[in-house]
Amino acid sequence: MDSNFYLSTIWSVLKALPLTLEIWLFGVAIGLVIASGLTWMRASGYKLGEYFARAYVFVFRGSPLLVQLYLIYFGLSQFDFVRHSPILWPILRDPMYCTILAMALNTAAYSSEIFRGALRAVPVGQIEAAKAFGMPTFTRFRLVTLPIALRLALPAYSTEIILMTKATALASMVTIMEMMGTAQKIQHDTFRPIEVLTCAGVIYLLLNLSIARLFAFVEYLLSPHLRPPPEQSQQIKPVPEVL
Amino acid sequence: MEFLNNLLDQLSTAYELLAAGWGVQLLWGISWTLAVTVVSMLIGATLGSLVAAAKLSSSGGLRFIGESYTTVFRGEPELLIIYLFYYGGTQVLTGVARSTGSIGPTDIVNMPSFLGGVLAVGIISGAYQAEVFRGSFLAIHRGELEAARAYGMSALMRFRLVIMPQVLRLAVPGLGNVWQLTIKDSALISVTGVAELMLSANKAARSTHHSLLFYALAGILYLVMTSISTPIFEKAERYTSRSFVRPK
Repeated sequence: MDSNFYLSTIWSVLKALPLTLEIWLFGVAIGLVIASGLTWMRASGYKLGEYFARAYVFVFRGSPLLVQLYLIYFGLSQFDFVRHSPILWPILRDPMYCTILAMALNTAAYSSEIFRGALRAVPVGQIEAAKAFGMPTFTRFRLVTLPIALRLALPAYSTEIILMTKATALASMVTIMEMMGTAQKIQHDTFRPIEVLTCAGVIYLLLNLSIARLFAFVEYLLSPHLRPPPEQSQQIKPVPEVL
Repeated sequence: MEFLNNLLDQLSTAYELLAAGWGVQLLWGISWTLAVTVVSMLIGATLGSLVAAAKLSSSGGLRFIGESYTTVFRGEPELLIIYLFYYGGTQVLTGVARSTGSIGPTDIVNMPSFLGGVLAVGIISGAYQAEVFRGSFLAIHRGELEAARAYGMSALMRFRLVIMPQVLRLAVPGLGNVWQLTIKDSALISVTGVAELMLSANKAARSTHHSLLFYALAGILYLVMTSISTPIFEKAERYTSRSFVRPK
């Protein structure tokens, strides 16, 4: 056992963790915005919006993320207008932006389905009650539908987030030196793939486990009404003897 | 008008490129992708049922092994697992061959790329299939197992006549999801050099400089593969649940 080698490998891979987290965070955040738009289109009742959202989900869930990434990074730059555009070109020539864009577009398709399911799962009685109280549509959405739907979406959405952490590894395919890219470089330099990849694997696993824990905690916070009531004995304060 | 001409030009270039042999390459790519997916699914089904049994067993040690398997292989990036099996396999094979003296100290024995890729994707697929099987087993009514026991059926008979048909029926929709996942994971095997669809598209794109055309084609072909499998799994679902009439 060569513990120095393991330590230095883990340290080098860890130095690339911020980059991995950056891709992950931006991909997930932008994806969330697009997903909300798609969910709204699906739920709005406009036929055109609904068809667009359906087609979007079909395309982005049915093909591998790697194809989407290559299509954006290598494919789009083939258009002359993309290369001459002062707005598009700085984005599409940068592998970092391309990865974030591909991840965001991809996760938006999966997340919008999760959100759609959660919206449909909101009990009708709650919405009817809100209507009976005379709540305007937006207030009803803000105070009744959204909080319930968010809590219902959380378990599936956390799975999707973890899939996104795993997807950041694809950034290494377009020359980005995030954790996977760094691990691969060390592996090529030392030709000790098993040791190097095990180190990287441990970091990815710990990252995913902590994300899962975080989401479980948020879910716990959001569902106080589903928890068993605290023990009675803790509730009743002992009467002070001085009285 | 100019736009139309442009489009026609593009289409004729696309046709020429495909007719020049890249079309055949892509078709071969599809068959390799399907081969990789089918073999990975079979490896995954074998491992998945063993792991599901381990996770459901009464022994704490087995449960821990099953639990770790599904956590690790669902929690790691697919790319990492594929590299681990491909390059790691090369490392092990080279080490063994060097220590037995069958190759020189500077030679390398490469892991066969198909084997390495299929093992990696199969093991990942197995982790997801294990969860599907476990869920289906838990959905079987307890009373049926008790009834089978009460009739004095042996463990093997219970498995063959009561558990197996029901697990299959309940697992089909979940297996459909895993199948789609495995098709998409198979695109990552291109890094090991298996000439599946992604690698064929990659080669074509790099040598002709028509990346948009070939990656878009690859995307469309993946879409075709994933959407064709949906009705097939629906049919399988109808077949496996043919003896169950839903109460109206």
